[in-house]
Amino acid sequence: MRFAVLVFPGSNCDIDCYKAVEQTVGEPVDYVWHTATDLSPYDAILVPGGFSYGDYLRCGAISRFAPVMNEVAKAAEQGKFILGICNGFQILTEAGLLPGALRRNESMKFRCHDSVLKVVNNDTPFTRHYEEGQEIVIPIAHGEGNYYCDEETLQKLRDNKQIVFTYSGNPNGSVGDIAGICNERGNVLGMMPHPERAVNSLLGSEDGKAMFTSIIQTWRDTHGAASVR
Amino acid sequence: MLKAKVYVTIKQSVLDPQGVAVQGALHSMGFQEVESLRIGKYMEVELNTDDRQEAEDRLKVMCEKLLANTVVEDYRYELEG
Repeated sequence: MRFAVLVFPGSNCDIDCYKAVEQTVGEPVDYVWHTATDLSPYDAILVPGGFSYGDYLRCGAISRFAPVMNEVAKAAEQGKFILGICNGFQILTEAGLLPGALRRNESMKFRCHDSVLKVVNNDTPFTRHYEEGQEIVIPIAHGEGNYYCDEETLQKLRDNKQIVFTYSGNPNGSVGDIAGICNERGNVLGMMPHPERAVNSLLGSEDGKAMFTSIIQTWRDTHGAASVR
Repeated sequence: MLKAKVYVTIKQSVLDPQGVAVQGALHSMGFQEVESLRIGKYMEVELNTDDRQEAEDRLKVMCEKLLANTVVEDYRYELEG
């Protein structure tokens, strides 16, 4: 299995994502520049945090039109795993790959601290190594993580089990305490908290590790046997 | 050459934390008459065309695709020249 970590001008969590893959699952991983026009070698695509294009206009608004994003849309269509973290989540919503939008935090403050998340749906390719309802500690670091969608969309998210993580103690004003959601198919996930910063107890938590091991497990279940025999 | 003024504002149904904070500041300065305040963006776009209809059609696409995020924002524009 091969991972891609996208790099936009202004990404700053790309190295963390790269190292998290190396250290949690040890699978091949490459940095892929935003101008790339081929993601076919990759099975999972990580859209990292940061301030792509300086957050100009809106967070993720400009990156969403980077050439590589056409390929991300194709990969999503093909059922590949796409994980957007923080700015990556903002980019995926701007691109329409996930519903809703991220607004300024209600407090107007940049919130940078550990947060306790509840795993609402552990039946996704990204969360199967968690228990349903499990509480995990994953840090947040954002000024614009206040998730918004209209009532109708929120109901749809609930009905389809697309709400994957919620905050215990809402840090930013998100509707429904939402910290992370997936698309209907479950192969595209966006979240404001940073699992890649929580993969070693030396970093304060290793609760993010299971996201990476979940992805690899899902991939092996569908590809592993076929490629060995 | 046509000039467009584009105004992007947060939808009425969506909380505008910046607007609320600035409103609070005005209140604390003694401007109690401020009933509500919403912050938006103003953009000036110069268009190298004299065809108003074409300019408007294309401007609409620009707003829908990039200048505004219609999930949380409304936009309006004025064409001049």
